[in-house]
Amino acid sequence: MLGYTIKRLLQMVLVLFVVSIIVFLMMSFTGDPVFMVIPIDSTQAEIEQARRLLGLDQSLFSQYWIFLSNLLQGDFGRSYVFRQPAMDLILERLPATMEMVLVAMAFATLIAIPLGVYAGANPNRTASRGIMAASLFGISLPGFWVGMMLIYFFSVRHPFLPSSGRGETIEILGLRLSIFTADGWSHILLPAVTLALATLAIILRITRAGMMEVMRQDYIRFARAKGASRTHILFAHGLKNALIPVVTIFGLQLGDLIAFATITETIFAWPGTGKLLIDSIYRGDRPVIVVYLMLTAFIFVVINFLVDIVYTVIDPRITVK
Amino acid sequence: MAEPLLDLRGLQTHFQTFGGLVKAVDGVSFNVKAGEIVGLVGESGGGKSVIGFSILGLVDPPGRIAGGEIRFDGRDISKLGEREMRNVRGRDIAMVFQDPMTSLNPVYTIGRQMDEVLRLHTNLDEAARRTRCIRMLEDVGISGAESRLDAYPHQFSGGMRQRVVIAIALLAGSRLIIADEPTTALDVTVQSQILKLMRRQVQETGAAMILITHDLAVVSEMADRVVVLYCGKVVERGLTEEVIRSPAHPYTRGLLDSIPRITDRQRRLRQIPGTVPDIRTLGAGCSFRGRCAHAQPLCAERSPELVPVRGSLDAACHFPLQEAL
Repeated sequence: MLGYTIKRLLQMVLVLFVVSIIVFLMMSFTGDPVFMVIPIDSTQAEIEQARRLLGLDQSLFSQYWIFLSNLLQGDFGRSYVFRQPAMDLILERLPATMEMVLVAMAFATLIAIPLGVYAGANPNRTASRGIMAASLFGISLPGFWVGMMLIYFFSVRHPFLPSSGRGETIEILGLRLSIFTADGWSHILLPAVTLALATLAIILRITRAGMMEVMRQDYIRFARAKGASRTHILFAHGLKNALIPVVTIFGLQLGDLIAFATITETIFAWPGTGKLLIDSIYRGDRPVIVVYLMLTAFIFVVINFLVDIVYTVIDPRITVK
Repeated sequence: MAEPLLDLRGLQTHFQTFGGLVKAVDGVSFNVKAGEIVGLVGESGGGKSVIGFSILGLVDPPGRIAGGEIRFDGRDISKLGEREMRNVRGRDIAMVFQDPMTSLNPVYTIGRQMDEVLRLHTNLDEAARRTRCIRMLEDVGISGAESRLDAYPHQFSGGMRQRVVIAIALLAGSRLIIADEPTTALDVTVQSQILKLMRRQVQETGAAMILITHDLAVVSEMADRVVVLYCGKVVERGLTEEVIRSPAHPYTRGLLDSIPRITDRQRRLRQIPGTVPDIRTLGAGCSFRGRCAHAQPLCAERSPELVPVRGSLDAACHFPLQEAL
């Protein structure tokens, strides 16, 4: 277990290194960032000075070398635009994204799994067919459209939910959170639902497919022959055996939502990291983008590691080595 | 004589398929007395397993029990609701499945799967349940039972798993055990161990057992009485000894002849010609007539009733075989 963890940590360092190179290279193709930070009427001398100040006069290789050596000292670079450490900018916004994503994932999972279990255990019932048909909408409707429709119905036609911002926040352990205030909840609801819809549909379909397979197994019949109740058979005997692909998808979706809730955050003016990313891309704020994408890679690696651990908890036949 | 523990009266279990109605079990009657082992014999597709599942009310759509009675201890359990039936399953009637590799849930420990039965059907506290599980595992011949409770099914061999399955079936003190081909998936050497174990357990607990198998050799070792099935119908039933020594139905004769014997190694193994007919297209007449050496015109006209022939034997044949000398 310890060996496994160390191996995964080393893997993570390698992944982050590769990501940093790729992002650095790609950013150098997107134009000269110096034009994003200087006033339009700057003189040539001012441009050169800004370039020198930002270190953009050096070769790409030495720029990367400076970035890397600073990184190893815990310095992730400063935003060209905000003149603040890039990491601080991101971490400041991360709680907003995290709470929206966690609410969305909880919402998606709590609805998708019972429905998926039901549809998988009773594939021929009309209700199951209805659930499956509805899930197709969840998969195929684009998030931006769903978001706008929700705003139209719940904020414009029947205005009982706000359409933008985080609402009232309170500070807990140094984090500004809105899920502990009623106003915060009313703000989080629409973006979370928008974000949850696709994930809900995917998890539902994966759960159903797994359950259909599992319910044919002999041990399900044996459990019935023991006199176990239907609910117990479905959730204890059935679901646990169907859970491996569900956990896999859950992990991937979780990472995806944390990293790329950009569209939803933009629609609902949610002050999270996704919005920071899109703004930074517009402004060519390379340090922020690099750190952001490295953080994203880090989150994915950590989630995958946790998913692997969860596998071993679910199925004793799986061991980490 | 006391009322039998289990009394099947004209059981009908039908499956509605795209190809038509399949009468998998078509008017089957037999009974099982307390402490008795009854062998249910027939070829694959003969409806043997469906009878077992019907008794426990575990026939899934498109199948359904279309008629007849399943009287257990004097009441017709085929009419019970799902909730009442759950109290019958595992407590009054337990079942052992064919394939021990798949009948245990891979993600739970042996101990937990055993404990489940006791939690469902007894009021014992945790310590008492654990003691009982350990004793049961020892009874079925698993050494180091206490440490084995925390093992998972994949850590056991096939034979050991079947012992665990049997332990689970016996745990709640069921009065009837339905064993569906309990040794078919096992090595020959393990087979006889498991059979001996099952017979001993049945004798010790006084439970009755229905032994479903295609193997007449197994039945002749184990069962007190035999019920031979063909195309969902009982074609012959009687005391094991009489059925084995001198069957009245040509189908039973055919099954017996196809058991390899060590004494006539030189001869080609005899077999029943033909295959089991499509159960959906059976018309009037005896369903075995196409494969029967003794078939007469009458066999195609009228299906034979199950009637007493001689001794303990009942057979459904217009021209039952004479007693062998």
